[in-house]
Amino acid sequence: MKTFRQIGAVTLMNLRSLPQRLGTSAVIVIGIAGVVAVLVSVLAMSTGMLKTLTQAGAEDRVIVLRNGSASEMGSNLGRDAVRLIVDAPGIKRDAEGRSLASVETLRLVNLFKQGDGTEVMVTLRGVGPQVLGVRPEMKIIEGRMFRPAVNEIIVGKAAKAQFRNMNLGDQITTRGATWTVVGVFSSDGSSHESELIADAETVNGADQRGGFASVIARLESPQAFQKFKDALSSNPALAVDVSREREYYERQSETISKVISVVAYVVGGIMAIGAIFGALNTMYSAVSERLREIATLRALGFGATAMVISVLVEALLLAFIGGAIGAALAWLFFNGHVVGTTAGGVSGHLIFELTVSAQLITTGIVWACVIGLIGGLFPAVRAARLPVVEALRAV
Amino acid sequence: MKYLPLIWAGLWRKKARTIFTMLSIVVAFLLFGLLQGINQGFNTVVQNLDVDRLYVTAKTNLTDGLPIAYASRIKAVPGVRQVSYWTYFAGYYQDSRNPIPAFATDPVALFDIYKDLKIKPEYLQAMQRTRTGVLINEQLAAKYRWKLGDRIPLGTSIWTNKDGSNTWNFDVVGTFDSSDLGGGFPGFYLNQSYFDEAAAFGRGTVHYYIVAIDDPAQATAVSQRIDALFVNSANETRTQTESALAQMQLKQIGDINFIVNAIVGAVLFTLLFLTANTMMQSVRERTGELAVLKTLGFSDGKVLSLVLIESLALCAFAAATGIALAATAFPLLKPIFGNFQMPGIVVAMGAGLALLLAFISGFAPAWRARQLNIVDALAGR
Repeated sequence: MKTFRQIGAVTLMNLRSLPQRLGTSAVIVIGIAGVVAVLVSVLAMSTGMLKTLTQAGAEDRVIVLRNGSASEMGSNLGRDAVRLIVDAPGIKRDAEGRSLASVETLRLVNLFKQGDGTEVMVTLRGVGPQVLGVRPEMKIIEGRMFRPAVNEIIVGKAAKAQFRNMNLGDQITTRGATWTVVGVFSSDGSSHESELIADAETVNGADQRGGFASVIARLESPQAFQKFKDALSSNPALAVDVSREREYYERQSETISKVISVVAYVVGGIMAIGAIFGALNTMYSAVSERLREIATLRALGFGATAMVISVLVEALLLAFIGGAIGAALAWLFFNGHVVGTTAGGVSGHLIFELTVSAQLITTGIVWACVIGLIGGLFPAVRAARLPVVEALRAV
Repeated sequence: MKYLPLIWAGLWRKKARTIFTMLSIVVAFLLFGLLQGINQGFNTVVQNLDVDRLYVTAKTNLTDGLPIAYASRIKAVPGVRQVSYWTYFAGYYQDSRNPIPAFATDPVALFDIYKDLKIKPEYLQAMQRTRTGVLINEQLAAKYRWKLGDRIPLGTSIWTNKDGSNTWNFDVVGTFDSSDLGGGFPGFYLNQSYFDEAAAFGRGTVHYYIVAIDDPAQATAVSQRIDALFVNSANETRTQTESALAQMQLKQIGDINFIVNAIVGAVLFTLLFLTANTMMQSVRERTGELAVLKTLGFSDGKVLSLVLIESLALCAFAAATGIALAATAFPLLKPIFGNFQMPGIVVAMGAGLALLLAFISGFAPAWRARQLNIVDALAGR
């Protein structure tokens, strides 16, 4: 009990004297704020990308690709195959008894970004007539839906905001066809909002390519997955991979989010080492400025533990403040910041918002506290080991 | 020179503090060297990609493909030395999680265009003799333990062969060394002639042409000549240098420059604060000593320079160590980027930054030292 009272008293006294050491204390705070701001901002990229991609996947939807395809872009399904897939058991049917499946095909279209005019490759997705039943989250927010058999396309909300030439009535050229933009759609903030959408048969007809990339189907229920998958894999006429849509999109973002995380942790780690040296500096000088005080307290009978804790608490408090400032800066500057990249697992240019989640902020603050702890530990031990007599004489 | 011991003593007055400050500057410049080095290195690699190589792709999009019949017409364009092509095979080995960067090509022409690819002539001859032959790079061969004479089944998610299967069998007839071109360069080639015969559909098409030209200065003119050949056809072309295409693709990844600069900026700002603080503290603690120096006849200017040089020595030594560490890390990146060295510009930038850091962090304390009034300082006021 006595030790606790001592710890409380010494720590409080120490914290009250903090304002006198503002300059050196700021080194810890600013150093750690820098580390956390960089770490959180970089990780916010992979969080945002993951969010946008997984948003495209629904629990009760499946995606069927040609056996061995890593993504839709590298998949090729023939007309016979897609017919068999669409008729498979387990797929939900609408009021008229039509199967809620969309047979899709992909092209890449060269477009220019607004602003700097960077040329990027954007996905043009050809979809089946049931697309709105398959993807109920897709809503036309401007203009109207495209009509099949004429060269009309609708563009995603994010695509419209980022690329040139995306207004109603504008024209887009692909091989063999010129398309007129007739509508803009939203899709719950998913990666589809970075895409252009048209009728699949019309897209395939334009450049006379026969194959399809994928079949997206809505199941009767999430539990119908196994029934559907078994039906397809037992059919000798088919060589396909069936995945739940959400898992497919998670897989697509795996590589790129791993790369971003490695960059974040390597850069953050190196910076953290630098910050530890800064923290050691600050805490050593804090201890040496308190030399007289510590020696006096020890002479009065205060224990070594109280000294250690008081230094550690100071370091942790400063580190926490630094971490909070860093996370706040990252949130302030980058949360919701829109970026586009072609590096994602998806084929075309993907537009997403950087997302500073609560989890990232926690990660940042944990890092801050670890740096503070390491930076405070050695000076704290020094404070405890000070020979009282010498320390008193030194001042 | 005679002041060297004095500066030395000033630096090591508080050993721990100097070492920690130095280490954090080392770390910061290590990070600076790595990030800026990779960033600049990317740019130089991309810019130095041979300007005598042109890529001909479909005008609409580079994935749209072009007829193989274009090869002879492109070859006839004045200024063109050699033409080869690539068709994307979307291959995988055993499982789709083992993708193989496989392309169908005209191997003799391809190895003639990419002189940096090192291959034994007998392997190229074997490739010409063996329809089902493949050439693979040494990294890939080592990874999957493929040896000369092996027959390997390769899956593809796009191409069905005439047997109705998407597994193709190939014979390994040779290996080559592509390490100079970096890990991103495709390392698995099959004969376009065989591919074209065996594919069930999509025959007569390649994804893009690679063209070697006689004179790099003529790159633009030759490009225009090639594009003019096919203008108003069903498959219009777009010809650009390899380096322009790579720059375009690099740009699509996102604004790497911005991210690197933002991180480096954050690091250097943090550091500036730290070093300035150390110098300030060190001068404050030495008030008495500096006053003694002045009493001994050191001029105000000399005291100012002493403190500034101390700061400079600290920053310059630490920065040089950091950049040197970063430079030693670069050869490790060869498997990813190919031939790649710490660019000289980064070293120069680092030196400039170290000077700036030393001046900014050292000036305020140096000025304070200059302004010291002997009597007040000695009295501890």
